[in-house]
Amino acid sequence: MERLIEFLSFRDPSVLSVTIGAILLTASSAVVGTFTFLKKKALVGDAVAHSVLPGICLAFLLSGTKNPIFLIGGAFATGWISLLLVDKISMRSKLKEDTAIALILSVFFGLGILLLTYIQHSGNAAQTGLDSFLFGKAAALVGQDLLVFGVVAVVLLLAVTLFFKELKLIAFDPAFARALGLPVYGIDLLLTTLTVLAVVTGIQAVGVVLMAAMLITPAAAARFWTDDALHMTLLAATLGALSGLAGAFVSYAAPAMPTGPWIVMVVSVLAMLSFFFAPRRGIVSRWFQQRQLQHTILDENVLKALYHLGEADDDMFRDRSLEQIIARRFFPRRPLRRALQRLQRRKLVQRRNGTWRFTKAGQQKGQRMVRLHRLWELYLSRYLEIAPDHVHEDAETIEHILTPELEQELARQLDFPERDPHQSKIPS
Amino acid sequence: MDAFYIILTATLIALSCGLLGCFLILRRMAMVGDAISHAVLPGIVIAFLVSGTRDSFWMMGGAALLGIFTTFLIEFFHKRARLQTDAAIGVTFTWLFALGIILISVFAGQVDLDQECVLYGEIAYVPLDLWITESGKVLGPRALYIAGLVLLINISFVYVGYKELLLTTFDPTFAASIGISISLWNYLLMGAVSMTTVASFESVGAILVVALLVAPPATAYLLTDRFPALLAATAALAVAISAGGYYLAAWLDGSIAGAIVTVAGVLFGLAFLFAPRHGLLTRRWRQRRQRQALAEAAAGYRE
Repeated sequence: MERLIEFLSFRDPSVLSVTIGAILLTASSAVVGTFTFLKKKALVGDAVAHSVLPGICLAFLLSGTKNPIFLIGGAFATGWISLLLVDKISMRSKLKEDTAIALILSVFFGLGILLLTYIQHSGNAAQTGLDSFLFGKAAALVGQDLLVFGVVAVVLLLAVTLFFKELKLIAFDPAFARALGLPVYGIDLLLTTLTVLAVVTGIQAVGVVLMAAMLITPAAAARFWTDDALHMTLLAATLGALSGLAGAFVSYAAPAMPTGPWIVMVVSVLAMLSFFFAPRRGIVSRWFQQRQLQHTILDENVLKALYHLGEADDDMFRDRSLEQIIARRFFPRRPLRRALQRLQRRKLVQRRNGTWRFTKAGQQKGQRMVRLHRLWELYLSRYLEIAPDHVHEDAETIEHILTPELEQELARQLDFPERDPHQSKIPS
Repeated sequence: MDAFYIILTATLIALSCGLLGCFLILRRMAMVGDAISHAVLPGIVIAFLVSGTRDSFWMMGGAALLGIFTTFLIEFFHKRARLQTDAAIGVTFTWLFALGIILISVFAGQVDLDQECVLYGEIAYVPLDLWITESGKVLGPRALYIAGLVLLINISFVYVGYKELLLTTFDPTFAASIGISISLWNYLLMGAVSMTTVASFESVGAILVVALLVAPPATAYLLTDRFPALLAATAALAVAISAGGYYLAAWLDGSIAGAIVTVAGVLFGLAFLFAPRHGLLTRRWRQRRQRQALAEAAAGYRE
């Protein structure tokens, strides 16, 4: 805890620069990742990430220095080539895209490892630290490195801001974009370039191996909170930045730890919390919605059964036992009892000596359900010419979701009918 | 002798991987194989910590469980959270791999694994770890026996389940209609992939094993159109890349695993361009010849 406070006070100027650097790198890759995610090409980022390794090694071999500009250049070149090859292989041969991605990423990475070990064994003293590209080292972000990577990150963010509308359009509807006369191919190329750049900068923070997470995970998490592309992008950037902050802290507090895995761990935990607990889309909330819907349907069916019983002996407000209800329409006993209890709480039925009867409000509600059911049956048989013995099932599902407006419209179109196809009376 | 042991071990691993890889690429699950090969890492580390030994039996058990867990998690995110498949794969395996690396760093003292070994293994050490019986008889490298055992298990698995695997791969609907459980065979295959990944782990590492899973079958796929021929070509390629990779690495003084993969990549490139029926250039040449023949025929007809 003490260390955390010490870290957050930024008394050490190098801590500040490392933190700013890590946040810029992770946020910018999250922003670009949002669009590859929306294009359903998330794993392409993984291929690029692995493919920059031979580029870095080659740049080092040719230039003999660890100057970040050379390394970025080399990484950029092989990253680009890898994407091109994935496209070529999946378009020009019978191999599928997933095979092409897995093939290119592993072969390029293998080549990178061969070169890296070759450099290490060659005894060149300048090579130490080249392997920090494997797992990332945010703490190494000082001086010239910070400047170069920082500038690239800012360029990325600017490019996305400028072309936000175009990128959004080709992610969601490339055909429409083409119809509008947008240069779809060019924008695709721009996104590819941005992806490669994002990978090239991001590897400084998380390393080659886990770079895919920085592109995919923040975007996947953000998707669970919003339907709006702009909000999603901003949220993904925030999540990325949070994990970058955590990474900077780890490399400050525990220098022996590899930074990349911790950054990925933080962002993955955030993502999984989103998968489970995000409102509306999360697994938990979806489960509650489903249960809610099941309850509504069951309750309304029970009301209908009570109404049918009342209809049969012309007395809506007689006491009914569980057995009578089940005899009219089968319900498992326990769910039925629960449903009646829920209805009692909503003051739609009353309980007396273990029997149940409608309240006035309950009777009206049951009447409406029966009315909807019969209106829909009539609609199906009249307008879609479905045989009367085939319409029940369909009405059984739609009656729970028809709105009062639709009810009126149905009644109007059917000319305010009195009888359904089975000659039962349609209550008003 | 060392060279022979290394090449033989690499060949056995490449054969195991290639055998399973044929099914993976036909099922469009190459990236799931990639995910599993990363995700078994925490399983290995935990098995290490629990059992306290580097015994392969424990590691394979831990990894097979993790591999099946990974498959389950990807399905779970996809079905329950409705996350698109590519993102479900990406999120799952990066998370588990990060977990594995963190565990290795935290328990650095207790776990006899390091980050580099995880990434690209060290097959050059294979001849150093010999299996010596109590009477002092040297039986050869331990890794060789493990690789042989895994290959045997994989061959028996594919032999016994050949019909089921083939049907669930090519026509899942038909397979389901005659009562073959698609998900059972899927999980079995993924279990086999995880086990093979672990057995290959010390030798070639987590990422290069993907190349062994995908590159030889993908190359063979361009050379043939029949499944038995695909298996045979994959096997031949496995032998070729192991031997070729070893000598390339010896020449460059680099990682043997890296060199094996590089050779596999080069062979794929050749097949992609020059495969007799499906090669990019062969197809182009064939088209040109046909165009010429057609033009000549048309000219002859006009006369």
